[in-house]
Amino acid sequence: MATADYETHEHDVLVIGAGGAGLRAAIEAAAQGVSVGLVCKSLLGKAHTVMAEGGIAAALGNVWPEDNWQVHFRDTMRGGKMLNNWRMAQLHAQEAPERVLELERWGALFDRTKDGRILQRDFGGHRYARLAHVGDRTGLEMIRTLQYHGIHQGIDVYMECKVERLLKDGDRVAGAFGYWRESGKFVVFKAKAVVLATGGIGKAWKITSNSWEYTGDGHSLALWAGADLIDMEFVQFHPTGMVWPPSVRGLLVTEGVRGDGGTLKNNKGERFMFNYIPEFFKGETADDEAEADRWYEDKKNNRRTPDLLPRDEVARAINAEVKAGRGSPHGGVFLDIATRRPADYIKKRLPSMYHQFKELADVDITKEPMEVGPTCHYAMGGVRVEADSTQATVPGLFAAGEVAGGMHGANRLGGNSLSDLLVFGRRAGLHAALYAKNFGGQLVADAGQVEAIAREALAPFNRAQGENPYAIQAELQETMQNLVGIIRTEAELKEALEIIEKLKTRAARVGVDGNRQYNPGWHTALDLTSLLTVAECSALAALERKESRGGHTRDDHPYTDDQWGKVNVVLRLRDGAVRLSREPLPEMPAELKALFQERK
Amino acid sequence: MPTFTLRVFRGDASGGGFKAYRVEAEEGMVVLDLVHRLQATQAHDLACRWNCKAGKCGSCSAEVNGKPRLMCMTRMNLFDEAEPITISPIRTFPIIRDLVTDVSYNYRKAKTIPPLRLKPPEPDGTYRMMQEDIDRIQEFHKCIECFLCQDVCHVIRDHEEHKKAFAGPRFFIKIAGLAMHPLDTLDRTEFVKSQAGIGLCNITKCCTEVCPEHIHITDNGIIPMKERMADNVDPIVWLLRKFRGQTPPAA
Repeated sequence: MATADYETHEHDVLVIGAGGAGLRAAIEAAAQGVSVGLVCKSLLGKAHTVMAEGGIAAALGNVWPEDNWQVHFRDTMRGGKMLNNWRMAQLHAQEAPERVLELERWGALFDRTKDGRILQRDFGGHRYARLAHVGDRTGLEMIRTLQYHGIHQGIDVYMECKVERLLKDGDRVAGAFGYWRESGKFVVFKAKAVVLATGGIGKAWKITSNSWEYTGDGHSLALWAGADLIDMEFVQFHPTGMVWPPSVRGLLVTEGVRGDGGTLKNNKGERFMFNYIPEFFKGETADDEAEADRWYEDKKNNRRTPDLLPRDEVARAINAEVKAGRGSPHGGVFLDIATRRPADYIKKRLPSMYHQFKELADVDITKEPMEVGPTCHYAMGGVRVEADSTQATVPGLFAAGEVAGGMHGANRLGGNSLSDLLVFGRRAGLHAALYAKNFGGQLVADAGQVEAIAREALAPFNRAQGENPYAIQAELQETMQNLVGIIRTEAELKEALEIIEKLKTRAARVGVDGNRQYNPGWHTALDLTSLLTVAECSALAALERKESRGGHTRDDHPYTDDQWGKVNVVLRLRDGAVRLSREPLPEMPAELKALFQERK
Repeated sequence: MPTFTLRVFRGDASGGGFKAYRVEAEEGMVVLDLVHRLQATQAHDLACRWNCKAGKCGSCSAEVNGKPRLMCMTRMNLFDEAEPITISPIRTFPIIRDLVTDVSYNYRKAKTIPPLRLKPPEPDGTYRMMQEDIDRIQEFHKCIECFLCQDVCHVIRDHEEHKKAFAGPRFFIKIAGLAMHPLDTLDRTEFVKSQAGIGLCNITKCCTEVCPEHIHITDNGIIPMKERMADNVDPIVWLLRKFRGQTPPAA
């Protein structure tokens, strides 16, 4: 590898991304005794995990002893409209409790039950109160715990470093090439195994709960390295984002508001969710207000409130209410906890929400309803991985967390992300380390790869009068918002793909001013490549799937089709173009299928 | 739409100065929105950190009109349109570029803090902790590591030489959170004194005032730690307390 000109680091395992999954992967790999590098785009501890609010789903059974991994597995599969990789969902449900207890041993302080155990809260799609939490700042507790545990494990952390491409040695991954944001200088990482833990793609949409980092880096790195992506049509629009004022539009309002008793209402004061209970969930959902309210206290004799249907259902319902003219003044609906719970309870359970609305919207949530509407939140689709090892279809490449596909099927349940990060972050770190230990021979990658990437990365500096990267990003976000949103049609998806094609041409002419030192204009320009890639993948897969399921609703194919329930849409890069295929889901074993026979 | 004049520091370690820009604000906007608008339209290469834009990640710390703040939580309606708004990088740490500073001091200090040393679990392999025993530590765990408390702390803001043996308020509450953790068994007194340098803190409460999470850094973190230190090193104080039947604020 002709890397003499570039700063070079060598590790057995390189983890890209330092949110929950990346940190957990790095910790596990280090525990296996291999050398670990951890690269992150921001400072350590600032990754998107920090914004997670409601909690970690794990069948600890502390509040409802009836809960167990089988119930959690069933809820997860049903929430995902049965499109999940069953083995991932099984491992997730089985291992989540131990991962939560492990966090506690590393110093995390979850809210407690009266007898001193970890308290659990209700969330959408979960039969029992299942989410371990710390008020509404669970993600902060999780990332801080992992961060402070991780810094004592001998991991080399490369902060504010962005990976541009994975390096290959023949078929297998051999490292990564990127740049330091601070200096703009390039850096080479040689590694026997690479773990992608880069999060999602939400920055491709205008109204989003995601930060600037969520530009689909890992999805694109994997695709460019020859790996398969699956389920890219499934994008979760969280039903409750802030809608007013405009500067905070899209900011997340935790599902914990509804978990703790809040209800959605339209401008007539109706609890409209009772009108949107789908056939699939009728058996387990309360159909009148009295039963719904009793359910919080007595889950044995009552069915769950429709306010806590899975997120895809609630987002569509809000969308429909607003379209029918029953929305709130700023184009959302009302979320009311003020009339349902005492002020001190709200402040204790939801301190961040109280603070966020008070400071940013001048709304006191203990006295007034919030205005909320759907916001792009999570990508169910991602790198196709082998369930037990998290290995991608390229040797030496592993993926965990949001960047991996399969675990959540067509729709993720709230709380299942934080547990996913821990369960599969650990598995990725373990299997990447084992792979690295078994790796024979030298790490080799041809010099041409690095030089070509470096040239391309610097090209925008030679086009000072080129296109404005921020403007292209904004146009892409507008396009995805309007044409690849909650409700899709063939004509609009085709239009989106045409626009994306034009934006790709324009992005190739992008120019930046200034120099390479901490230059956000340049960083935005470089991130456009991956952002456009994932936007195209998402639109292509959405065009392919001619049915409605979970986080993919087609106005022109409004029904769920059993035939489509048997396949994933798989995307791979061949000869420079993204190719689509439909490939069968892994078959669930009979003993797990039996869990779906019972109906509540 | 009101238009504000932003005076933004532009420059790096070699020098720089304030540059004025005119930027429009819409209803409800915060300072960070205007900085973003400035980046997108007039100064593409303006360096600033941010992530969550919701006061949860602590990335966008800066000094706005001289006051340490999170730009994402500073509403524009605090300001008079007629007056220019000055935005400068936090001063205590070396500048990298524009509004971005080198905060690696904090990451180095973090690494020196000895982690939790657990007591043995209950017979079932798990732990029990009562809510009332963790309330005060949960307050410290709210810290978003914006480092505004570090920025404003006189011990290091005005004395570069103190940085070597002083951890700063952020890490005093980190250590306090470990020392008061119901499961921790490690004696941290010597570390707090000699390596974290808590003795240099003269309790001016500047850190508490700027904390965007409203953590009572001084009253609930630093002072109990100073008291605990006094308890441990001064046998007379310790004896007196024992005689009076008071227990130190230990877990």
